[in-house]
Amino acid sequence: MTTENITTEQSDHDSHDEHHDHKMTGIKRWLYTTNHKDIGTLYLWFSFIMLLTGGALAMVIRAELFQPGLQIVEPDFFNQLTTVHGLIMVFGAIMPAFTGFANWMLPMMIGAPDMALPRMNNWSFWILPFAFAILLSSFFMESGAPNFGWTFYAPLSTTYSNGSTAFFVFAVHIMGISSIMGAINIVVTIMNLRAPGMTYMKMPLFVWTFFITAYLLIAVMPVLAGVVTMLLTDTYFGTSFFDAAGGGDPVMFQHIFWFFGHPEVYIMILPAFGIVSTIIPAFSRKKLFGYASMVYATSSIALLSFIVWAHHMFTTGMPLFGELFFMYCTMLIAVPTGVKVFNWVATMWRGSLTFETPMLFSIAFVILFTIGGFSGLMLAMTPVDFQYHDTYFVVAHFHYVLVTGSLFSIYAGAYYWLPKWTGHMYSESLSKWHFWCSLISVNLLFFPMHFLGLAGMPRRIPDYALQFADFNKWVSIGGFAFGLSQLIFLAVVIKCIRGGAKAEAKPWDGAEGLEWTVASPAPYHTFSTPPKID
Amino acid sequence: MTTKEYESYYVPSQSHWPIVGAIALFLIAVGAANYVSTLNSEESRGGYFLLAGICLVVYMLYGWFSNVINESMAGKYSHQMDNSFRQGMSWFIFSEVMFFAAFFGALFYARTLSVPWLGGAGNNEMTGAVLWPEFTAAWPLLKTPGGTETTQMGWYGLPLINTILLLTSSITAHFAHSALEKNNRKGIKIWLGLTILLGVTFLFFQVQEYAHGYSEEMKLYMTSGIYGSTFYLLTGFHGMHVTLGTIMLIVVFLRVLKGHFTSTNAFAFEAASWYWHFVDVVWVMLFVFVYIL
Repeated sequence: MTTENITTEQSDHDSHDEHHDHKMTGIKRWLYTTNHKDIGTLYLWFSFIMLLTGGALAMVIRAELFQPGLQIVEPDFFNQLTTVHGLIMVFGAIMPAFTGFANWMLPMMIGAPDMALPRMNNWSFWILPFAFAILLSSFFMESGAPNFGWTFYAPLSTTYSNGSTAFFVFAVHIMGISSIMGAINIVVTIMNLRAPGMTYMKMPLFVWTFFITAYLLIAVMPVLAGVVTMLLTDTYFGTSFFDAAGGGDPVMFQHIFWFFGHPEVYIMILPAFGIVSTIIPAFSRKKLFGYASMVYATSSIALLSFIVWAHHMFTTGMPLFGELFFMYCTMLIAVPTGVKVFNWVATMWRGSLTFETPMLFSIAFVILFTIGGFSGLMLAMTPVDFQYHDTYFVVAHFHYVLVTGSLFSIYAGAYYWLPKWTGHMYSESLSKWHFWCSLISVNLLFFPMHFLGLAGMPRRIPDYALQFADFNKWVSIGGFAFGLSQLIFLAVVIKCIRGGAKAEAKPWDGAEGLEWTVASPAPYHTFSTPPKID
Repeated sequence: MTTKEYESYYVPSQSHWPIVGAIALFLIAVGAANYVSTLNSEESRGGYFLLAGICLVVYMLYGWFSNVINESMAGKYSHQMDNSFRQGMSWFIFSEVMFFAAFFGALFYARTLSVPWLGGAGNNEMTGAVLWPEFTAAWPLLKTPGGTETTQMGWYGLPLINTILLLTSSITAHFAHSALEKNNRKGIKIWLGLTILLGVTFLFFQVQEYAHGYSEEMKLYMTSGIYGSTFYLLTGFHGMHVTLGTIMLIVVFLRVLKGHFTSTNAFAFEAASWYWHFVDVVWVMLFVFVYIL
């Protein structure tokens, strides 16, 4: 399997760099950097800042929903909050965090000196803050921020949009350019820069999941660019793509959007699978159960993601054949996903488990992501979805997969590799506080949403009927607690950067992979000459 | 693959071009967004930002590519680096294919689903009867449900000439590449020059075609319903890609004049020619699905 026969022909401190500049200091180091570790760090910090920004918006949303009636914000501003919250979390927090992991870890895991196209790597990162500056600046415009939901359905985003649509469109264009370049870099790095002897089926599963995710990105981000372009021309240049009076169709918007959107949700979960598949074996002190089946399952999920998009649109009045086709294809995804969950559990089976924080987050991931998966199966059933569509059940579903799924895996990965990144061990007690506070509050936050949705509470509303008041109160309390808990993570990270117990090259005794063969913290340049893998 | 191949992978030192490029994109986005949102009002904003952004992007591309070309000419790049560039370019072209796929998807959806449905096909009888009883579904959609009328752009005449031009240019691009492999420098210049000429002629004719479409006689506007929308966006984006491809070919031509490229070291040459073949294939699709069928 992956890394059992690795021999490194070189010393751990492989940081001789006769042909590159030495590490610069100050702001120029970060602005001009071509180093995958620097760029990875930038991505990770950026995504955390975005997480707190998006989280702050969510706090306002939960404050408004704490009790029925309009207390804090106007309905239009509430719509702006939900829209920008979604956009920031998807494009600003989750995706850049994974790109950060890819940048930091991929070259070290495959024994490459850096990413394949290091200057483009810098460009991919540095256009992102500008994109979000544009998006967030629309809050301060006369028209206000986009208010049509992160899915920006026409005609809400065309005929009925406020004046900020153009800013939204161009911000999304820049995010898309960033993602495509980042993805091309990942694909080329993996295809071209693997150490000699590392065949595809010897790659760590982490590498596989990012490889497949990058393909998805290259395939669907241009479609997003296409659909926002049509939106722009419909709004400002009088075209009729989404206007029935001109022969177009607003439902066509949803088709094109979700053709992007469904692979997009796998873009946000497949890397999480990779991280968890790295951590569970490490703390079970066993090999990952069913490596090859994991690779095939990940590929199947990616392929299926292209033919399930209209399960987001069961209530649009599609022909019956369409409803059935998309229902069955969607349910099919449960098979490879089931393979994955089975393999994670089988990896833990009879392992000698210890419960350091990365493992705690990973186990929580397996359980809570599975809950999100099951609610997804419920939503996949067309007749049942008619009832659940656009209710809080949907909100509960995708927050279980994105928060307790993607975000938890990001935390798991961050704790797992923090020693490698900083050279210090993080505070185990403080990080356990982070875990338990997050775990309890996140369930208080999202679990009651299932019941709210089943009882019929619609999503994206600032006010609600009185019978929903009790659950909403608890959800809001959970929300504030979860938001505050994330500050513990910030404290752990800052503490870990500034000091702490010295981390060994391989602080986890069950860990495998080339990244543990170099010192902690990882030298600025690693594997200038590739290791040999038998 | 031997270990030796891996030893010389070139990791560039710090570069200020990406951040210049990021600022340029920011200016373009802010400028374009301001410009577009004030398009129909008296005081138009953002134009200067847009212009500044475009100038900065050109400057960035010039500097960045000069940098890369100098490194390449200095022999810093290994075979493996060359592979990275090639794979990068291939996936970039694939992403462009998917961009066009979105617009072709819109065209097919409108033609096979939404327009017939508006005319009452499938289970949409009431849509036809209640919303627009006068409307009859047809493609090309020359009279929209809202009542806007237009005319069809025929496939003969300029579009046919343009098809022949682009197909020929793909062949001349191929001949230029063959000449490079045989190290026939004169041949490269002639065939590459011819390709550029054909590309520019194509663009010239496309402008003529647009002028014809926007004339009082044809009344084919971007606002003429879904037919005009798909027509102008598909051919327009294709035209923009032809422009980009032509610029790439011109840069390659200038480098050929300077004596760059050998039969073994010609990534930029080949990348530009791949891109050219790609815009050619897109045109063939356009010609079939937008003009003929």
